[in-house]
Amino acid sequence: MKLSFSAEDEQFRAEVAGWLQDNLKGEFARLRYRGGPGDEHTYPEERKVWEQKLAEGGWTCVGWPKEYGGKGCSIEQQVIFFEEYARAGAPGRVGHIGEGLAGPTIIAFGTEAQKQKYLPGIVAGTELWCQGYSEPGAGSDLANVKTKARFDEVRGKWVLNGQKVWTSLAHESDYCFVIARTDPESVAHRGLGFFLVKMDQPGIEIRPIEQITGTSEFNEVFFDDAECDAGDIVGAPGDGWKVAMGLLGFERGVSTLGQQMQFQNELDDIVALARENGAADISDIRQRIARAHAELKIMRYNAMRMLSGHSVSDGSLQKEALIYKLFWASWHRSLGELAMDVMGPECEILEGAPYELSRLQAMYLFVRSDTIYGGTNQIQRNIIAERGLGMPKEPRPALK
Amino acid sequence: MDFAFTEEQEMIRDTAAAFLAEVSSSEAVRRAMATESGYDSALWRRICDEMYWQAIHIPEAYGGLGLGYVELVAMMEQMGRYLLCSPYFSTVCLATNALLVAGNEDQKTRWLGELGAGQVTATLAFNGGSRSWAADSITASFRREGDEFVLNGDYRYVIDGHTAGLLVVAAREEGSSGEQGISLFLVPAQTAGVRRRWLPTLDQARKQAAVTLDNVRLDGTSLMGACGQAWPALGKVLDLAAIALAAEQVGGCQQLLDMTVEYTTERVQFNRPIASFQAVKHKAADMMLKTEVARSAVYYAACVADEALRGGELGAELPEAASVAKSYCSDAYFAVAGEALQLFGGVGFTWEYDVHLYFKRAKSSEHLLGDGSSHRERLAVTLLDQGRSS
Repeated sequence: MKLSFSAEDEQFRAEVAGWLQDNLKGEFARLRYRGGPGDEHTYPEERKVWEQKLAEGGWTCVGWPKEYGGKGCSIEQQVIFFEEYARAGAPGRVGHIGEGLAGPTIIAFGTEAQKQKYLPGIVAGTELWCQGYSEPGAGSDLANVKTKARFDEVRGKWVLNGQKVWTSLAHESDYCFVIARTDPESVAHRGLGFFLVKMDQPGIEIRPIEQITGTSEFNEVFFDDAECDAGDIVGAPGDGWKVAMGLLGFERGVSTLGQQMQFQNELDDIVALARENGAADISDIRQRIARAHAELKIMRYNAMRMLSGHSVSDGSLQKEALIYKLFWASWHRSLGELAMDVMGPECEILEGAPYELSRLQAMYLFVRSDTIYGGTNQIQRNIIAERGLGMPKEPRPALK
Repeated sequence: MDFAFTEEQEMIRDTAAAFLAEVSSSEAVRRAMATESGYDSALWRRICDEMYWQAIHIPEAYGGLGLGYVELVAMMEQMGRYLLCSPYFSTVCLATNALLVAGNEDQKTRWLGELGAGQVTATLAFNGGSRSWAADSITASFRREGDEFVLNGDYRYVIDGHTAGLLVVAAREEGSSGEQGISLFLVPAQTAGVRRRWLPTLDQARKQAAVTLDNVRLDGTSLMGACGQAWPALGKVLDLAAIALAAEQVGGCQQLLDMTVEYTTERVQFNRPIASFQAVKHKAADMMLKTEVARSAVYYAACVADEALRGGELGAELPEAASVAKSYCSDAYFAVAGEALQLFGGVGFTWEYDVHLYFKRAKSSEHLLGDGSSHRERLAVTLLDQGRSS
């Protein structure tokens, strides 16, 4: 085991930190610590400009291979980049779905034409992506997708009909990757296709969802004869589930280290407040703060184990990776409760009318989504037990 | 950065696991724990003479294997998994660490040589019977008489104190308090005035003793380090030992998890293996989460401990890493043991099944060297109190 970074990597760290210090100022200064989860609705236009600023500096897609316009960084350097990015308080990335999900999927499963058409816009920070997975009837049971894709032989295009939900950044995005049923007779994970769909077209309607926070970063997206070109399906019709599941592997990547840095910022706020308002003298609060601190430290060590693991290449997740989502989501939800309890009765008082939340208030409400999206805690436990421990699946009752 | 075992470390772990699976069976544990000494001396001889585990992290200069703390932790994890009954924790994780941290050259040469050769077992006595495992738990005292030191006082919770050949004891200068005035002494168990009494324990697989010093006279060669200034060294020893203990807890978690998955997969009720019920699976998933998180905490702490002993930069994190690991692993082990007992159902409540051995070990190791709350409070002092006027 070796925990330290090489001298070369430390030099890379200095380079990242230096660039951020030189550029995250002036017009961008107000974006610091903004636009993260729960705050995605703030400064969307300014953050799009920031995305392009990053691209100019060569700081988008740092983990992508160089042949696709990436920086070809090692795992260590990616870790360092995301850590320094979060440490500097740089804003939530509007390009993260393209960089972290759409791009890697196209690189892994896409055609040469798809790579040439879509990857440069992601690298340049000029084309933003959103994810079309969940539907009203396909939440935890994601394979129960009802949105249909039919190939129109006359026009030579795929035609999509249906509805997606919980699509974050849909209203800011240029493209959406969508799983839809190519075989209308199929059920569950068979007969699906994976499509790259332009958002700006008459067949697509976006309706924001007003959330528990009173703000909207999630949307419903309606497809009413929406179209994409014949060449905009990734993999063959019927391969959609395989492509989508391959993509889930990319979601548990190195960016988790950056996410932890954001958690650390939140915990630092809570600690500072507790020291200031006297909550630091309450033994229960002391225990909870110490527990949050200890577990955040371990979250980092666990991520280091994940990233150092050597068995990821076959697509199977190691045990420390299987438990990661359940661990951080539950931790973060508890942090929200801790924030309120440290604030005491002040936790009720808003920044302003009609419903202007402080950072910690917004966090407290928004973290309730963490244990629901991306596989609820209950689904995570099923996955851990079945894949991690080899316990038998629940027998399924016959329908009807 | 590469936060994974090397091939050599994996080999050490696998060798330990294979050996312990053979020699530390349920029957062997039950035989050993029923005795007052608490271990099979023939097995201990094999461990010392064939495996050299007692010498694992003693530097080669003193006749040891010269391996690091990561290797020691890998070993402790397996001992926790198989509940090995032996004076290993007391001899290696308490006394040997004390000599490595606080011993002078002569003391190291003599005692590390004997410990490493398996000629003597040893332990550390410091707590006078307090729930605090910090400096204020030390109540035994010493005074100087000419060139001699005269020690008096009582110790409780002394692991293997009734069988150890060598006692490393902490005592405070008469009239001192807190972290001031503390010294460490090397006291062979046969020294006049040393009285030792076995204390029967809830967890029979780890033995504890009470030790009384009644006008024990020692010459200057017994004193470790500068007189009255041993607390920083002792604190370091306790942190190192807490990390080793946390590793043992991780091993216990893993074994309970494996046993539970195996049992619930075989046990059929309502015409189904009970492992197919989500109510069962979700508990097992939580057990696995706690086990893996505990493991991450311990492996990191092991790297920190290794640098703390070798003088590396990370060594400065030792108190925090120890408290993070000991608090998480203590709570995790007890939670995992409780869930295992529940999922085994009625048979988990019997003496025949092994669950109770782990359930009892979980509680005893939770309280040994400070429970989760006390370690969290130590973290809280650093986070919340430093630089704040109250």
